[in-house]
Amino acid sequence: MIFQGKQKIWSDYQKDIPDDHYFYVRSCIRQNFFPASEQTFLDIVHNRLGKDFYETPHHTTCGGIAYHGEAIPQETVMTIIARQFALMTESGYENYVCSCITSFGLYTETMDDWRNFPELEAKIREDLWKACRREFKVPKYLAHASDVIYKFRNEIAERAKFRLVNKETGEPLRVVEHIGCHYSKMFPSKGIGGAEYPYVLAGMIESWGGEVIDYPERRHCCGFGFRQYLVKANRGYSISNTYKKFESMEPYKPDMIITNCPGCPFFMDRWQYVIAEQTGKTYGENGYGIPVFTYEEVAGLVLGYNPWDLGLQIHQVAVEPLLDKIGIPYDKADKYKGKNGKLLRVPEYPMNIKCC
Amino acid sequence: MKENVVIIGGGPSGIEAARRIRNFGYTPILIEKELRLGGHLAQWDRLFPEGVYAKEVLQTLLSDMDGIKWFTDVQILTINRLKDTYVIKLTNGISVQSKAVLITTGFQLFQAEKKEEYGYGIYNHVITNADLERYFQNRKDSRIDDPKVIGFVHCVGSRDEKAGNRQCSKVCCATAVKQACEIKQLYPDATVYCFYMDLRMFGRRYEDMYLEAQQKYGIRFIRGRVSEVSENHEGRLVVKAEDTLFGRPLRLSMDLLVLMSGIVSSHQSQELAKMIKLPVGEDGFFLPQNTILEPCKSQKQGIFFAGACTGPKTIPESLSEARAAAVAINDYFNTMTE
Amino acid sequence: MIDFGFALTPSATLQIDNLDNKLFEQLRNIEPDVAKCMACGSCTASCSAGNYTELNLRKVILSLQRGREQDTLNSLKSCMLCGKCNIVCPRGINTRHLILSICKVYNI
Repeated sequence: MIFQGKQKIWSDYQKDIPDDHYFYVRSCIRQNFFPASEQTFLDIVHNRLGKDFYETPHHTTCGGIAYHGEAIPQETVMTIIARQFALMTESGYENYVCSCITSFGLYTETMDDWRNFPELEAKIREDLWKACRREFKVPKYLAHASDVIYKFRNEIAERAKFRLVNKETGEPLRVVEHIGCHYSKMFPSKGIGGAEYPYVLAGMIESWGGEVIDYPERRHCCGFGFRQYLVKANRGYSISNTYKKFESMEPYKPDMIITNCPGCPFFMDRWQYVIAEQTGKTYGENGYGIPVFTYEEVAGLVLGYNPWDLGLQIHQVAVEPLLDKIGIPYDKADKYKGKNGKLLRVPEYPMNIKCC
Repeated sequence: MKENVVIIGGGPSGIEAARRIRNFGYTPILIEKELRLGGHLAQWDRLFPEGVYAKEVLQTLLSDMDGIKWFTDVQILTINRLKDTYVIKLTNGISVQSKAVLITTGFQLFQAEKKEEYGYGIYNHVITNADLERYFQNRKDSRIDDPKVIGFVHCVGSRDEKAGNRQCSKVCCATAVKQACEIKQLYPDATVYCFYMDLRMFGRRYEDMYLEAQQKYGIRFIRGRVSEVSENHEGRLVVKAEDTLFGRPLRLSMDLLVLMSGIVSSHQSQELAKMIKLPVGEDGFFLPQNTILEPCKSQKQGIFFAGACTGPKTIPESLSEARAAAVAINDYFNTMTE
Repeated sequence: MIDFGFALTPSATLQIDNLDNKLFEQLRNIEPDVAKCMACGSCTASCSAGNYTELNLRKVILSLQRGREQDTLNSLKSCMLCGKCNIVCPRGINTRHLILSICKVYNI
């Protein structure tokens, strides 16, 4: 691997990311999959970095799941997006940042379509007006929330309590980065580092002390594929893609995986359980899996948040071996306690993949 | 006084044209941007189909340069036309005048790193056709380390609209087959694959080369374009393509991958086209007055073309065109004096 | 093991690494012309059996090269050895003889 070659590509695919003043929209599924990630993001930008990120309870899903699941047509999804933009406009913001990769891809695609087909934009404006009497401005700037964390990765590193380093050996942790397909595969120029060698997560890993693994199936989809998973008959094909990725990364002995998409961390986490229960195969050390994180969770860990406040107990693959490796303290007894301190139910242990 | 003819570009077309123009009794002035004459020919080891050494061809061309003036390491600053004369200012401070200007600015190879998915400049064992020729010349390249499995990717940056080049580069199929056989001569135990979309063996004896590659050298031809390259934990390349004849995706590990960088219009051609407002095609190559009847004449009086500046060509084709351009220029002067 | 109602799908990808090519090399020794095939398909187009059965000589040759002989070998049983493919092959491969050699080497 010639590192300078990658640096050259990375320097070709940089984008300006505004410093401050964003209208923030959440993802519809991430709050269930990784319930604390978005809260952690807002806490970091508000309380650690002192930035202005505004969110409104009136915003909805972008419609991406239904659109990619072939349940609603493009005009519908565009009108939903137009309404989100209207909320941004009404709140007095011009920079739009979304938590979800599929939303980011869909917003990028919609804005590109409107640029190329102004008559389509005009029609959507009319539809939106008819539907809810709202008007909107197209955002001046569209970012994915991982772009923002990327932008402030060095500031986060300066405030870090922990680094992605094995505390026993002092060696950097070996980290797999996985980028959601809709981040830059459709519009390479909109992603930091482009589509073939995205840098958005690699940059965080480098800043926070880890070592990025470049394995053969790095560019491969996580396997979610929307309707491929949603329709049970297709699930074998969905999990086979995930299996392919894990088989490919296995020889590198990764310590952890970082992702920036709603579906990827969920499926790379949960499918490890299914693969283990179907085939007996596990990919981590000592019968554990390879823990999979969102970038917000990793930023939170680095900054010293309590792992259970980050929602890591919701993961299928146990995170404790990794926390021990880095030296992040946690209280075992608190793992399944709710916000009120009362013990929630403890999940059953799987047969073939070790959990804590 | 003998008339000057300025020739821009000192590759094989420029050199051959200079010799022929001199034979007609004019004074050729050859302008080359590099330190030495020879163009791409000087960078190449052997030429298809017979495997003649490029060096020998170039030496023959350069052995007879009496009466030809040439400047190397020089570029064109400006070209202006005063009545029927072109005044050309050079970067070395010299200014030359000529009623006829021959453009032989050739081509450049597609920058393989632009096809990011192939990882040229990123993965250790990905090289280009030009790199391999250099290796054949001096046997030095740290990227080539006793390879057991070798692949050639045809059409890198050519027949590729997304790379901005719809055109076929014409000579790369023959070059790939030549190079595949040559590397097999160096590494007889290696397995060599060629990934092609169409195999365009258009010239005399090229088909024989293909047949020899299949039979004598056992080169394995796979009809399918490489889609992406990566590196595995052993540092070997992992190559993905479709075996389109089999109708299945295919994946294999390799120790060396050679990208057949396509031919694109040269930077100098682009500059000249802007400077003297010469029309170029969508592919960036100069448009002659008539592609069939007058391939050497430009659409401007007194400006002529030869060689790959009007599209990909083999060496013998470029040399023939250089001779044809000399004839066209001689005719041009003759009609002026009538 | 748990049955989830779905399972890993076997990959369709041709894995060329560690391909066992011994039989094909053996075939090449007695039928050097097999390497000359350029996959034009005229043998299959003119094949008496190919119009009614799975037999496709082009595919058979390719599958042998890729180590996937099990995909196609059985289809050779439909060959009537009429020799029509022999007449049309532009590379002059003695296809009739080739088929007999394949049967010998691959033991069918």
